Amino acid sequence: MIDREALREIGMIAGRSVRRTLRQPALIVPVVLFPLMLLAINASGLDVTKKIPNFPADSYLDFALVVTFMQGGLFAATTAGTELANDIETGFLNRLQLTPLRAPAILIGQLAGAMVVAFIASVVYLAVGLLAGAQIKAGVGGALVLIALAMLVALAFGGLGAIIGARTGSAQAVQGMFPLLFVFFFLSSMNLPRNLIEADWFRTIASWNPVSYLVEGLRSLVISGWDGTALWRCLVTAIAISIVGFAGASSSLRTRMART
Amino acid sequence: MLTYRAMSHDGITVSGLVREFKGGIRAVDGIALEVQPGEIYGFLGPNGAGKSTTVHMLTTLLPPTAGSATVAGFDVATRGPEVRRRIGAALQEAALDAFLTGREHFELQGGLHGLPKAERGARAVELLERVGLTEAADRKVGGYSGGMKRRLDLALALVHRPSILFLDEPTTGLDPQSRSALWGEVARLAKQDGVTVFLTTQYLEEADVLADRVGIIDQGRIVAEGTPQALKQEIGRSSVEAIPANPDAREAIESVLRRFGEPAAAGPKGVAVRLEGGSESLGDVVRALDAEGLEVAHLQLHAPSLDDVFLAKTGRSLEGAEEEERAEEAVPS
Repeated sequence: MIDREALREIGMIAGRSVRRTLRQPALIVPVVLFPLMLLAINASGLDVTKKIPNFPADSYLDFALVVTFMQGGLFAATTAGTELANDIETGFLNRLQLTPLRAPAILIGQLAGAMVVAFIASVVYLAVGLLAGAQIKAGVGGALVLIALAMLVALAFGGLGAIIGARTGSAQAVQGMFPLLFVFFFLSSMNLPRNLIEADWFRTIASWNPVSYLVEGLRSLVISGWDGTALWRCLVTAIAISIVGFAGASSSLRTRMART
Repeated sequence: MLTYRAMSHDGITVSGLVREFKGGIRAVDGIALEVQPGEIYGFLGPNGAGKSTTVHMLTTLLPPTAGSATVAGFDVATRGPEVRRRIGAALQEAALDAFLTGREHFELQGGLHGLPKAERGARAVELLERVGLTEAADRKVGGYSGGMKRRLDLALALVHRPSILFLDEPTTGLDPQSRSALWGEVARLAKQDGVTVFLTTQYLEEADVLADRVGIIDQGRIVAEGTPQALKQEIGRSSVEAIPANPDAREAIESVLRRFGEPAAAGPKGVAVRLEGGSESLGDVVRALDAEGLEVAHLQLHAPSLDDVFLAKTGRSLEGAEEEERAEEAVPS
């Protein structure tokens, strides 16, 4: 059970994390800008894809909009892992360890910071998407759920980033993980619905790839409306990755924080 | 000004403390020491001697492999939270957040120590003023100089009014003015507020000027302990150092000096011996050099220093020990 004191500690660590991130344009700009640039390129270059029979969306912009949320979540999560590794590298973790701060609060605080960054980025993606003509079939409620799920995705990836950050204590190692996760993105149904992927091996990998279920859940809100199956799959997948990530990161951080 | 006094039981007791790392390396090899409440204890030794590892154990950041230590009356291995509540620490790397301001550091550190918001603010104002950072309080720490960072680090260690303060090489890399200012503040904390200070340093002068008592550590073991004065008296005799006018005459001068005593610590250009006959034999030294026709650019009589103590106890000078360790680090094992 999280008591009031623990919530206060988490708030302070999360506040620091958000403040730090917002004061580093080099961390914020890529999170907001790169996914939007990729969206602009894909939406204009691949719009013809909507003519493929059984393509599920009216425009490729609608179809691809949620990819920005996924990429934003990944960026934010990488930042969380990098920041944790930085604290280890610089000795700031020792400063925190010398206070009565409880170890889980450090991790939850960092991840909460990543989720706040993901929230800010998601609002920007949504605003830009709507201005560019995207339509959210699930309406205003769906847009809010979309943002909430994007934050959950950031939490899920954040746990994975934090595992690497806590285990290695190296910001470079966390950044090295980024291309690997990007491969997972491309081997999912991110760019095409699974039923339209012709190559059997690709379709099989995409069907086993949890990223597909995250993307499809978010996307369903934009292109289909309220699709219960897609949403619960997305929710279960995100929660499962979050649990694995948090457990792994907690264990790694406990090992790293050898205080008595 | 807000001040506070430490309690009478706020000392440190260490017995047979060992820390072994992977590969069987014993960074700290069975040290024992006692620090009285309100005392400044200087822990002197070269890089890699085990100073920081000791501090990490005493501040509960690293569990000991063997032995025991109590800080403020609590066992560091089993009562970590109680120890942490009573200590402040400024570790070797002034680990500050470059993107936060000085005041925001107080807000965070004070908050994590459970200080109410109003008290955090007042404490920040008081401590920032004490270390001369009031004007820089709302600037991001990334723009601070090395001296400012060290002073902020020291002030942050005091935010929750600890009774024992650990300072791990607090003046390394500082200019003489910043170093002197920090010494003044540390001395004031001990004398006026009664804070017990455990200070590691590789600077002889720092230990000599600041510490009530000094423990000299080398290769994980304490090789000497006492007041600086007592340690120097134990060595007893003065040394003479000669800097040859002609560097080629160095060996000849060394040969003459050796007639008057055993080698002592010297600067890079000089040679020195500890005078068997004490300072009274300086005249004989001068006459002997003159008789051999050897010219010296500089001849100086040194009272015994802590480096002489280190040399007497380990067979190496403190500076020599550091160079040796650097060479060992450079050679892959």
